[in-house]
This record gives sequence, C-alpha cells and structure tokens, in this order.
Amino acid sequence: MNIIDIIGPVMIGPSSSHTAGAVRLGLLAAGILGSSPVKAEIYLHGSFAETHKGHGTDMALLAGLMGWLPDDARIPEADKFAKEAGLDYSFDKVDLGSLTHPNTAMFKLTAADGSKCEIIGASVGGGQVLVNSIDGFPVELTGKLPAILTVHEDRKGIIALVTSTLASAGVNVATMRVFRSNKGGLASMVIECDEDVPQGIINLIAALQQIHSVRFIASVA
Amino acid sequence: MKKDKLSLNSWISEAEASGKSMQEFLIEYNAKELECSKEELLAKMESMLVVIKESIDFGLTGVRSHSGLTGGAAKRLLEASEQKQFNNILGDKAKDAMVYAMAVAEANAAMGRIVAAPTAGASGVLPGVFFALKKHYNLSDQVLAEGLVVAGGIGLVIADRASLAGATGGCQAECGSAAAMAAGAAVAMLGGNPAQIGHAVSIVFKNVLGLVCDPVAGLVEVPCIKRNGSCALQALAAAELALAGIESFIPADEAIDAMKSVGDSLPCALKETAGGGMATTPTALAWAKTYFAK
Repeated sequence: MNIIDIIGPVMIGPSSSHTAGAVRLGLLAAGILGSSPVKAEIYLHGSFAETHKGHGTDMALLAGLMGWLPDDARIPEADKFAKEAGLDYSFDKVDLGSLTHPNTAMFKLTAADGSKCEIIGASVGGGQVLVNSIDGFPVELTGKLPAILTVHEDRKGIIALVTSTLASAGVNVATMRVFRSNKGGLASMVIECDEDVPQGIINLIAALQQIHSVRFIASVA
Repeated sequence: MKKDKLSLNSWISEAEASGKSMQEFLIEYNAKELECSKEELLAKMESMLVVIKESIDFGLTGVRSHSGLTGGAAKRLLEASEQKQFNNILGDKAKDAMVYAMAVAEANAAMGRIVAAPTAGASGVLPGVFFALKKHYNLSDQVLAEGLVVAGGIGLVIADRASLAGATGGCQAECGSAAAMAAGAAVAMLGGNPAQIGHAVSIVFKNVLGLVCDPVAGLVEVPCIKRNGSCALQALAAAELALAGIESFIPADEAIDAMKSVGDSLPCALKETAGGGMATTPTALAWAKTYFAK
C-alpha cells in the first residue's frame, strides 16, 4: 500500500466495494472472456442483489464489461450506453449459498465470435476484486497482475513445461495456483506474472500436447 | 522476520531530529516509496485537489442520490448562511468545512466523481477541512498539496496498524480516520510542528472512538453524509487544540491501536452490515422495506 491508495483512487461514488470494485469486476470478466461481450447475463448474490440499485452496482458492472475505468463519468448512465452499443444484458438475483462472499456476481458472457465464458467473482473491499470460478474451475484471480489461465491434463512435468516457456520469454512468475478435478483428470493453472505475456508465448503454451486451452488475462486498472 | 508496523511517533521523532517539517519528511518518504520525484508526487496531489474541487462544486448544485434518500443539505446550509437571520453558531470556518464536507459526501451518494481519500464513504472530510482553510487562510495549492501528503502519511500508518474500512473497524475507522488525517494535515498547513500533528491525530481518536458504521439500507447516505460534516468539525477542533500547544496524554500510535482494539470488539452488526444502530431504527427499517420492494 502506498500514499496513492490512501489519497485516491479517483472514482465514481458511492461505494468502493459496490461501485468502483464492481467496475473492476466487470473489467476483469471482460478480460477473461477476451473482449467486451455482446451478451451478458449477470446474476447478483447477497448484498449485491439487495443494494445494487442504490450503489449503482448494475451500472458499474456494465461499465466494466464495456471496458470503462472506475472514474468514468458516464457510469451512472452505463445502461443507456450499453443499449446503444448493442450489448444484450440482463440482471437477476441468485443465491450462491451462505459461504459465498456477499458482494458476488456471476457472469454468463458471450463474445462477438460466439465464444462463451461463465465467471463468478466478488468485490472484496476497497475496490479489490477476486474471481473465484471460471467455467466451473476454481481459481483465485485478483486482476492486479497480468495472468495466464490454462486448462490441461494432470500429467507429470506439464507445470514445468509451462513455467519454463514463460521463463524463456523473460516473464517472471509472481504467484501460481494449480487445481485439478481428480488425479490424472482435467486440471487448471492460474499464473500471475510480473510482465504481460506475448501472444507468441501463449501460442507456444497452447501447442503443448497436454494443454486443452490457455488464455491471457490482462491486469485491470 | 516480522515486519514492524509503521509508526507515526517514529516519523515524528525522525522529522524533529533532522530539523524537518512533517511535510518535508513525508514528501521525501513517499517520493522514495513511489520511486518518483518530489515534484511528481506533489503534481499528483494537485491533480487530486482539482477533482476534489470539482466534487465540491457538483455537490453544491444540490444533487440528490439515486435512491432518493438524501441530497441538497450542503446547498441548503450554504444558502441559509447567506441569509441575514442565519444562526452562525460555529463561525464561518467550521460552517464552510461542513458545507464542503457534506457537498462531497452528497456528490458521492449521487454517483459523482470523487477522490476516495481515504475511502468513498469518508470522502468529504478532507475536502471540508482543506477547502475551508484554503478560503479563510488564503492557502496556496502548493500548501494544500503538501497537506495531502501529510494526510496520506497519517492514513498509511492507520491502514497498517488498524484499518480505514467501516466493514472492519466501524465508522471510527472510516470517517474517524479521515478526521485524524485532516487534523494532522490542518496543523501542518497552519505551520504546526511534527509533535503537534501527533497530538491532533490522538485527540481526534479520543473523540471518535467507538463510532459505529450503521448505514440505513446499506447505502452510503444516512448517517454517512452528516458524519462527514461532523468529522470535519472534529478535525478542526483537534487541530485548534494542538496548535494552541495542548498535548494528548496518549501517543498517536497508541491512540490508533486503541481504535483498532475497539473496532475488533465491535459486533458485526455495527460494521457496515446495516444490522444495528441507525439502520435498525423503525424509520430506517420501514424505508428500507419500501426501497427493497421497488
């Protein structure tokens, strides 16, 4: 934490968690999809479901999905801009259980090329966010650093292959988490990096035999 | 190795030992932390002052919140104060501090653009104190920018030793901390020495200790907007005492630690969950019921 975190950020009110954090959650969700969606089904849980109107959480999530930053003065009218841009969106309430963070949103997103992604994430306070599920895989993604997300087969050496490919491009691994459904089954890695990962390196990782998919997720402001 | 907590008392000692003002000491410290020049740091602070001024002006247009619960109080106080029969109990400096503090808090509630210093919910306190002093002491933007660095330094210590979030420590941690930051900055901007800044911080926490976070319907409106106004007054009162040479018996670090300890012992119902305090009064519950039914 530094003085800019204390005297700032500049944001549209009224709430760092329900407004600024919601913008960042939308931004991160669009980053995971790989582009601004053309269709967004958004489900709000807990406090997000109850107080989203008063806090402009719905506007903030749409703003983030359209790639706007938390200090964008258009946020209070994000729905109008979304309609003009042809974004087909909907909001519904959902109960994701009592163990789920109260400021949680679930996104079912469709990109212009037809690709789909389901993302669950929370605004965890002070504008910070945590995405904890992507297409059913448990992850922990904060958006503070650029990251890559893999879906791969749980085989010996695959982690070393991926990290050595990153190292060969001069990319330093900051944090790393590995999840798997069952031994030898499908697994997933979230690797947060200190540098952006060039597309060429993403392609190299994608070409590895055990990798089913890999995506680069840019950090969010 | 366990990392030592930041210490306002250590900074005060270091500044005094090297013969520096708190502004000089904290500008050097924070420029080093950010790996930027002192000029860049102050330019960043001046850019924040521009946004703060815009948020005051937006609030003073009499904006109302999207929920319809609040709005127009800052404009009303300003207009009332321009009438002949206005009961100016506090004096103009304190009145203006309340006007500006509530203007920003109302701008925030109306989805205006604000500087979350230290948080969105407590974003009115620093603007109230800074722009009232600017008006009445004719302070330059440079002095205000340096004051923001002092406020930010105090906030860093509070964030490290306790918390700035109402959800963690109650309103004492949010509007209360904003008041402590503003009080220390006010002392600095009016020429007080580092020790006096520490006393001002400690005095504020004595007076806001235990303040709960109890937002009606969970919205950053009632009682948050008036709390921003009253915490601006707490800051001015503490600064006035400290500048008069009155000392606080409890050192600043220990006062901050006491605030954390009180925050830890506050029940969850009084930490931003709308589970107690003003949020569960019959009037609040009745309004919330209608609002949630919409």
